[in-house]
Amino acid sequence: MTAIKVPLSWLNDFVDVFDLDPVELAERLTLAGLEVEHIRWVGLNPSDAYHVPADRMGEEDGLPWELDKLFVGEIIRTERHPNADRLLLATVEYGGDKPMTIITGAPNLRPGDSMIKVAFATIGARLVDPYADAYKTMTLKAGKIRGIRSEGMACSERELGISDEHEGIIILPPNAPVGMPLADYMGDAVYSMDLTPNLARDLNIIGVAREVAALYDRPLKRPQPELAALAGIVRPEDMPRPQPPARRFVNIEIPAPDLCHRYTAILIRDVEIGESPGWIKDRLRKAGVRPISNIVDATNYAMLEWGQPTHAFDYDLLVERARQAEGQKSRGAEEQSDSGFSAEASDPLTSDILTSDPLPSVLPTIIMRRARDGEKMTTLDGVERELTSDMLMITDTLGTVAVGGVMGGLETEVNDQTRNVLLEAASFDFINNRRTSQTLRLPSEATARFSKGISAEMPVPAGLRCARLMVELAGGEVVEGIEDCYPTEQHSVTIDLAPAEVRRILGMDVPTAQISDILRHLEFDVEPLGDDENTLRVTVPWFRLDATIPADLIEEVVRIIGYDQIPTTLMDDALPPQWRNWALEGKERVRDLLTGAGLQDIISYRLIGPEVNRKLLAAQGEPVYDPVAGVAVDDRQLPVIFDPEALVRLENPLTPAADRLRSTMLGNMLAALARNARSVDRVALFEIGKVYWPVEDDSLPAEPELISIGLTGVRAARNWSNQNDQMLDFFDLKGVVEELLARLGLLADARFEATVHPLLGVRAARVLIGKNELGVLGEVHPVVRRAFDLPDQRACIAELRLAPLVAAVSYRPAMQSISNFPAVKEDLAVVVDEAVLAEQVEQVIRQAGGSLLRDVTLFDIYRGKQVAAGKKSLAYSLTFQADDKTLKDSDVEKVRKRIIARLGQALGAELRA
Amino acid sequence: MREDLQLLREGALAGLQTAGDADALEAWRIQYLGRKGTVTDLMRNIGQVPAEERPAYGQAANALKNELSEAFDARQQALVQESLAAEMAAEGVDVTLPGRRPQIGGVHPSNQTLREITDIFATMGFQVFASRDVETDEYNFELLNMPPGHPARDLWDTFYTTTPGVIMRTHTSPGQIHAMKALGPDKPIRVILPGMCYRYEQVSARAEMMFHQVEGLAIGRHITMADLKGVIVEFANQLYGAGRKLRFRCSHFPFTEPSVEADVDCILCGGSGCAVCKYVGWLEIMGAGMVHPTVLRNGGYDPAEWSGFAFGMGPERITMLKSGISDIRYFFGNDLRFLEQFG
Ligand SMILES: [Zn+2]
Repeated sequence: MTAIKVPLSWLNDFVDVFDLDPVELAERLTLAGLEVEHIRWVGLNPSDAYHVPADRMGEEDGLPWELDKLFVGEIIRTERHPNADRLLLATVEYGGDKPMTIITGAPNLRPGDSMIKVAFATIGARLVDPYADAYKTMTLKAGKIRGIRSEGMACSERELGISDEHEGIIILPPNAPVGMPLADYMGDAVYSMDLTPNLARDLNIIGVAREVAALYDRPLKRPQPELAALAGIVRPEDMPRPQPPARRFVNIEIPAPDLCHRYTAILIRDVEIGESPGWIKDRLRKAGVRPISNIVDATNYAMLEWGQPTHAFDYDLLVERARQAEGQKSRGAEEQSDSGFSAEASDPLTSDILTSDPLPSVLPTIIMRRARDGEKMTTLDGVERELTSDMLMITDTLGTVAVGGVMGGLETEVNDQTRNVLLEAASFDFINNRRTSQTLRLPSEATARFSKGISAEMPVPAGLRCARLMVELAGGEVVEGIEDCYPTEQHSVTIDLAPAEVRRILGMDVPTAQISDILRHLEFDVEPLGDDENTLRVTVPWFRLDATIPADLIEEVVRIIGYDQIPTTLMDDALPPQWRNWALEGKERVRDLLTGAGLQDIISYRLIGPEVNRKLLAAQGEPVYDPVAGVAVDDRQLPVIFDPEALVRLENPLTPAADRLRSTMLGNMLAALARNARSVDRVALFEIGKVYWPVEDDSLPAEPELISIGLTGVRAARNWSNQNDQMLDFFDLKGVVEELLARLGLLADARFEATVHPLLGVRAARVLIGKNELGVLGEVHPVVRRAFDLPDQRACIAELRLAPLVAAVSYRPAMQSISNFPAVKEDLAVVVDEAVLAEQVEQVIRQAGGSLLRDVTLFDIYRGKQVAAGKKSLAYSLTFQADDKTLKDSDVEKVRKRIIARLGQALGAELRA
Repeated sequence: MREDLQLLREGALAGLQTAGDADALEAWRIQYLGRKGTVTDLMRNIGQVPAEERPAYGQAANALKNELSEAFDARQQALVQESLAAEMAAEGVDVTLPGRRPQIGGVHPSNQTLREITDIFATMGFQVFASRDVETDEYNFELLNMPPGHPARDLWDTFYTTTPGVIMRTHTSPGQIHAMKALGPDKPIRVILPGMCYRYEQVSARAEMMFHQVEGLAIGRHITMADLKGVIVEFANQLYGAGRKLRFRCSHFPFTEPSVEADVDCILCGGSGCAVCKYVGWLEIMGAGMVHPTVLRNGGYDPAEWSGFAFGMGPERITMLKSGISDIRYFFGNDLRFLEQFG
């Protein structure tokens, strides 16, 4: 997107707009693709269609001048204030009942002045407060200074919100009609537009004017001879060819015609560098460009108006360089470039038109060539830059001058002493120009335009316009004729458009005549294609590079007709095959199960920095502890499970803290736990998201989706009925995982086994489904916990693969029969060695219990005085039930005995006394 | 009545009055009315009564038994009432005390919106098609009608990886090509492509370096821009409520031609202008257009036979508008105080 500012007053030079409501015009342009993002009112009054309330309008919104309070006035008498030396009394006629007397200290008024037209504000007018530090409006009040009443104000630019200028009052031209509301006389509005790259042709006033003309079916005004000469021309081949100058004043060589399509030069002699007149500065400022000097202002003005950037060289400096080079050459120093194209101009020696100020005997030579790799150049901003052979240089016989179409050189720039100006207007390969300005990081108003593409036919008329403006602003004369080297010509583009295609794409009938009309308004040439009445041959106007295929023309047609004219239909095309999206269903089922389990769904940044990896690996090298006994295992250290450097890395990170893609979600999860643990008592989170694993021999990483879970804090928040601050621990986390697996029918095949993991402490397990690892879970290693700045309490994390869970989403359990006979519950406490796992005990109980044993619940674990050291007591509640009868005590007793016996055989368990 | 019966009666009734709970009452019943109870014994002992007195004795004993049985029932009833009243009295509670709420987590607001979008498009036959985050320049740009150096590439500030030609996708549009290659050629397509996108953009209240996008793609033999309008209108009415006004403006995306931006009348002010819509009365909801012929061709479809439309929208932006969220950075900040507001 490229931003431009368009003052309506300037636009009105080329198409009538002041009879249109600026708000509606803005909307019409916006709908047609030229987005008006913002309007600044410089005097003009918004219509009801403008919604910003007056009291919300800030500096950027501007100041409408009230029609009944601000007028064109005329000072009919000026005299000294009788009681104040520095102040004047001015009597102003403004169309009211009687003239008003105002007190002013304006430096551009003198006693005795009369017949001076001013911008007159009556009492009550809303103006910008000129003395406030920040932008602020005020209401003009009647004031009394040393006994005399001031009945209004002659305004400066600042009070009217035009500019910061506050040195003197505005003096209007003598023909300004007294009594006319000031807004009607000189009110303006400025559009801020943001244009898409295909609208490169409209990055200027004339381009926007062409659009307005087409949208409103109005003629394009051609107040300038350069523009008038182009009326009716469509094909680039039909553009007027510039006449060469009678005497050559510069040689142009283009050894890189693929990068520089055209180079034209105009010579303007005897200019006087100075300040531009007020109207130029006013327009430049409104367009967002700072006035500098008349010559530079002229190039900027022409660029804003026509879209063609130009460059002004000090011609004499170029000549001087050519002389120096000549001197070196005569000393036999250098070989001359002779390849490529060069301008065909008349021979300076045979010319018979000699002026009073003859051209120099040594002519400058502009050479548009590729830079040499590693070649260095100091650009206008004083920075020395290294160039590559992809870059286009402007050079002369002495050396480098500028980077073509990107930035000028310091040495040949116009300056206060400049007398003669060589005006360059050229055409470049826009892709190359964009690349160069990006590589050198040199964006400018010029590259914003060059890099989007400008017609190679533009340099001539725009250059002429600029040259003429220079003379208007700085005096001197334009030397007749243009030096023009044009090796890569622009050719006309024709597109064959079948009106039926318009219907096929839009779903709306547009009559052929209307299509032709719209395209012609946009200055396309439209003819029937031979005898074929069903196809139009459309020629694209020379100033457009964006239209190449029928679809482009369809867009032109519809944006002028208006998208609101297209009907709204429901697709009646064949419905594509529909399928059940198990992957998505599975993912969302997992999400629902985890929220149901009390966990909050989160989404983390997938770009991380080295700091996260450093924290993740904080426990590396720490000893491994036995998971049951809790003692350090000799010679074992926590393993390395990932190489923090072997990740997908960004070439251009925004910040070092986000310079690579995550390979695990646990870093995000730990950070999220830490972030919330200090403000929330119970933190329970999960995330479903991608991680990125580099794949050997593949430039693209694998992008598996994982689930991370994090728990820390209290199991239930303390409240009036719960004073119990039990903390979440490993078994809460395991419970969540078990529940998830159970709901997906995977728990029966799941196994949890103790593991070691570099993020986890002693309480760490991996979970397997059958033989495949699903993931890990456990309590965070204290060292890691501290690295992530987690509070000093247990924090539990898990990371699981999503795919095996998604694969189980179609699981529907088969119903188990429900017994109508009573169940019998019995308790059983056994003493086993510490090393015996609960899972083993339960397994033996279930096997021995057979079909009558319906449920086994471990309800107590006891270690202490009543059992021997190194032993523990496990107490189970057993539920027995049969489907076909009421169990007798003897039935249960038999099974119970079998269980005790098996426990003894298999695990050395003894019944607890 | 015989004196012994009279005494028995008085004693029994007095005892009944003192029976204060279910246990005492049961003891009383056993004592008097049980199988071996005193009243039961009266009937059993009738043989010891002189013959001439027997009928009167029998009547009296029977009457006594009935009387005591009724008294027992009444007393039992009274006791039930009493204990119920006592139970109720002890139940007094302040119903304004907070309830014990089950701990249920919430779905992230972005995911809620993604679900909503997915559901709405499912009603129109669009199915979800996922594609990768780390993309090739070819898929992210070239096949979407943006050859290297194309100025339109400036519309997306791109993160490059250290592997040449591999980038973070700047939009979900590469999914268009993936979908066409996976589901085509010569078959109609209707898919939406949700996913995470990445932009080399300074993070601010309005811009994130990472955000979701949902791309939509419909390809068929008679798909028109009028159909695109129909789908967007339908979507907007389902998402933002019935009766919404829509506005389509010309825009530009290299992979669609013609291209539009769709605006909906501001859901906060209804179009009269407010700070959220920056006083224009419209909110931009998506970019869209007819699939560019070059893109159709790159996906394996003949643009002379097939046509299609594509659109793209940002779930975070939609969520911000609907919930009045002023800063996009909340979305991936993982702050429970934010997330828990959205259930
Ligand atoms: Zn609004």
